[in-house]
Amino acid sequence: MIHPIPSGTRDVLPDETREVRAITDALRGVFERHGYGEVYTPALEYESVLARADMAEAKLAYRVFDESGAALVLRSDMTVPIARVVATRYPTEEPPLRFCYLAHCYRGVRPQRGQPRELLQAGIELIGAPAPQGTAEALGVLCAALDTVGLEGYRIGLGDASLFTSLMAGVGVPEQARPRLLEALADRDFVGLEEELSQLDLAEADRELLLSVPQRRGGPELLEAAEGVVVDAVANMREVHRLLEPDVAERVIFDLGLVRSIGYYTGAIFEVYDPALGTPIGGGGRYDELLGRFGRPLPAVGFALEIDRLHVALMGEERGTGASL
Amino acid sequence: MGVAKDPSKTSGDLTSATGGLTIAVPRGALFKETVDLLSGLGLDTSELRSNDRKLLFEDIGVITMRPSDVPTYVESGAADIGITGKDVLLEQATARGEGGREVYELLDLGYGRCTMVLASKAGPDPAAEALRRLGVMRVATKYPRIAERHLEETGRQAEIVEVKGSVELAPLTGMVEAIVDLTATGTTLREHDLIVREEIVECTARLIANPVSHKLRAREIDKLLERLRAD
Repeated sequence: MIHPIPSGTRDVLPDETREVRAITDALRGVFERHGYGEVYTPALEYESVLARADMAEAKLAYRVFDESGAALVLRSDMTVPIARVVATRYPTEEPPLRFCYLAHCYRGVRPQRGQPRELLQAGIELIGAPAPQGTAEALGVLCAALDTVGLEGYRIGLGDASLFTSLMAGVGVPEQARPRLLEALADRDFVGLEEELSQLDLAEADRELLLSVPQRRGGPELLEAAEGVVVDAVANMREVHRLLEPDVAERVIFDLGLVRSIGYYTGAIFEVYDPALGTPIGGGGRYDELLGRFGRPLPAVGFALEIDRLHVALMGEERGTGASL
Repeated sequence: MGVAKDPSKTSGDLTSATGGLTIAVPRGALFKETVDLLSGLGLDTSELRSNDRKLLFEDIGVITMRPSDVPTYVESGAADIGITGKDVLLEQATARGEGGREVYELLDLGYGRCTMVLASKAGPDPAAEALRRLGVMRVATKYPRIAERHLEETGRQAEIVEVKGSVELAPLTGMVEAIVDLTATGTTLREHDLIVREEIVECTARLIANPVSHKLRAREIDKLLERLRAD
């Protein structure tokens, strides 16, 4: 008899589990060595609690009602549950606090796009360590983790969630026009961005700046070459860069147009790329305001790796597909 | 990434016309101008022009497919960049700016210009009458998401009927009161006694890129963009 399971979910059988375990054991080891203690949290949470994160893009796709009628949701990531844990279980502990996890998260999917409904994530959260030191530490752990599992060709795209807003303020884009520009950027739609910009009353040079800066990506020379209002906008990235170990720094691609769909990021944001895979393997960033919404205002940074994508990328590298670094 | 399995071929080959990038090229209405564009970049397109049954042209890094498949191949990374119509990109998003393919839209290439329109039979507008007397209009289209979004945003109730073939047939047989379709010259609409009631959006060919290639192959992609802009 064939009994179906929901699309976007799957059973993991011994051959695959063995390979996945090798990856997750290695990651756990790296996280533990760097002082990150592993936590488990419930897959189900109260909707009213996770909603505190005000995740416009929360993708809290699955709701159920419990026996008393309370709305429960399946978590869509581990960052928000850990923010809850910190506020609830560590209300007075001296920061910084370091946690790691290996957990299934749940997202809504569009059918026939090969998207998972249930995904296994491994990651860390570093709570109470401000930028730039905290950011540099998280990037160091990220590279150590990827090196340890044996991924070779990976690069880290590093951007700043506040960069474009800072640029818009710098050249005096009117408040009411800003959301439309941000939306085009979030859609990765530079044609749309150009159209929106053409409708604004801006100097030609400023228009050109707002269109070209988010398309800049490359080595540290990008930060050196920054001009005018861009200097301030990349100041945070420059500070992080100064603190990176050389082997971490050489993996970094500075990306002045990087955007992440999750709404709680405030400063540095990053993504992991590998030539063997067409989608990012993971990512993260600073979320300095999230903990405050749970009653314990602390700056924080973290990242999550998607284990299945990491597995595919490792296999791709093994087969020799994709370009070498 | 891409079809060329020899890594030495794909890694930052700045000497070749397209930097060793794998390009998804649409067959159909955009094909000729796209191939002309590639020739202009210095790619040897003779086989691409002469062999319309072949899909994979590994030596020039080109793969060919129907336009609506281009975003799929580019999103997955099977192609680094691709060319397709704005209509295709709009139709693959669930809502304005939401649920679209995870690709960068880099350049409006300007050709393949056509307009997405709402059209109905000439004379008193049957769609308006249906809306007034029945509270809902029936609309046939190959672009159900664009049609639904347009009618929703203009505050009208509609039943969208998805058809795969000649949309013009649907209002002529009385199955629907209006259609949403792409038109370049309006000839087909006129031949079937249909007139344009509303213009929804103008569509042209767009250059799109895979989000990972956009970072890892930045130099090659930017060089290509620069040359395309200069033309």
